[in-house]
Amino acid sequence: MSRFRKKNMRPAPSLSTASLPDIVFMLLFFFMVTTKLRENTLLVKNPDLPKATEIVKLEKKSFVSNIYVAPPSEKLQKLFGNQPVIQLNESIEKASKIATFIQMEREARNPIDRNQLTVNLKIDSKTPMGIVSDIKTELRKANALKIYYSAQEKNTQK
Amino acid sequence: MARRPFPEINSASMADIAFMLLIFFLVATRMESDKGIYQVLPAYTDESNKIPPIKVLHKNLFVINLTNTNSLIVEKKPMQISELRKACVDFLTCMNNNPDDIACPGFETETFEGLGDVQVTKAIISIQNSRNATYEKYIEIQNEITAAYNEVKNRYAIQYYQKSYNALNSKQQGIIREIIPQRISESDLQNEGGK
Repeated sequence: MSRFRKKNMRPAPSLSTASLPDIVFMLLFFFMVTTKLRENTLLVKNPDLPKATEIVKLEKKSFVSNIYVAPPSEKLQKLFGNQPVIQLNESIEKASKIATFIQMEREARNPIDRNQLTVNLKIDSKTPMGIVSDIKTELRKANALKIYYSAQEKNTQK
Repeated sequence: MARRPFPEINSASMADIAFMLLIFFLVATRMESDKGIYQVLPAYTDESNKIPPIKVLHKNLFVINLTNTNSLIVEKKPMQISELRKACVDFLTCMNNNPDDIACPGFETETFEGLGDVQVTKAIISIQNSRNATYEKYIEIQNEITAAYNEVKNRYAIQYYQKSYNALNSKQQGIIREIIPQRISESDLQNEGGK
């Protein structure tokens, strides 16, 4: 170290941190893109899920297809009325179309995953049971027997 | 005039701002985690089949009726939802092959490895809902029934393995599920015959 004594000791040049935020922005954009990938645009109002205590987390989101049942959004109420309707993927359908919907969902997945197909029912609390029974009968006919009733966590013990 | 070199803007805090945004998005998009009650539906049987439906003894059936005024009628008597769980647990655990005792279902004795002979109940819970009842009430009933089954599973797990159900490995959990099979039958009040 005695060799460097003759000039004034320059401090080591400080690391440029100008590129740190770039790395972080890249991570940020990655998350913004990947977590939005599987969301369907809701044509019905966001269903007010009922509360329950015996709920389990949905495993493997890739096996899950969603069925939404709620009154249509404001823009679509002129077309569909204000009673609860069924949304499969991106469109509002009648219960009879569920069989085709299940078949499409099955074909969209690997043969290995097809048996694991679970249907997540996101149904508004105030829906009359008639529609729900129709959906369940159609699901049974289509042999899609694994279902989740989507619900919110209830914390208070009755 | 010699220009003073401009002092560099310290960009170290840009990273902090970016981290804050990142954490915000990580948290905000996690809020929609999907949870729900898991159920396996019974397979569909064509009503117009020539094969007559299997005769189910009234003794083995626990009938829960949800009327279109959202009130519960269990085994022909009105009941509050808070009492449903205990009533289900009692029905699932009392086993009596005496045909005159219609309150308790019958049982079969089956052998399980490591446990020997175990009484397996023949209980079936049947939910009959009117088409105008609300989904919220239906989910409450489903919740209570699922809770009753979970309670009975826990009871058996402690009785046979001295550990709670969640602490068992998957093979033992499978055995417990066979000891207390989840037999839930559902029907609309408009159609006759569920399973």
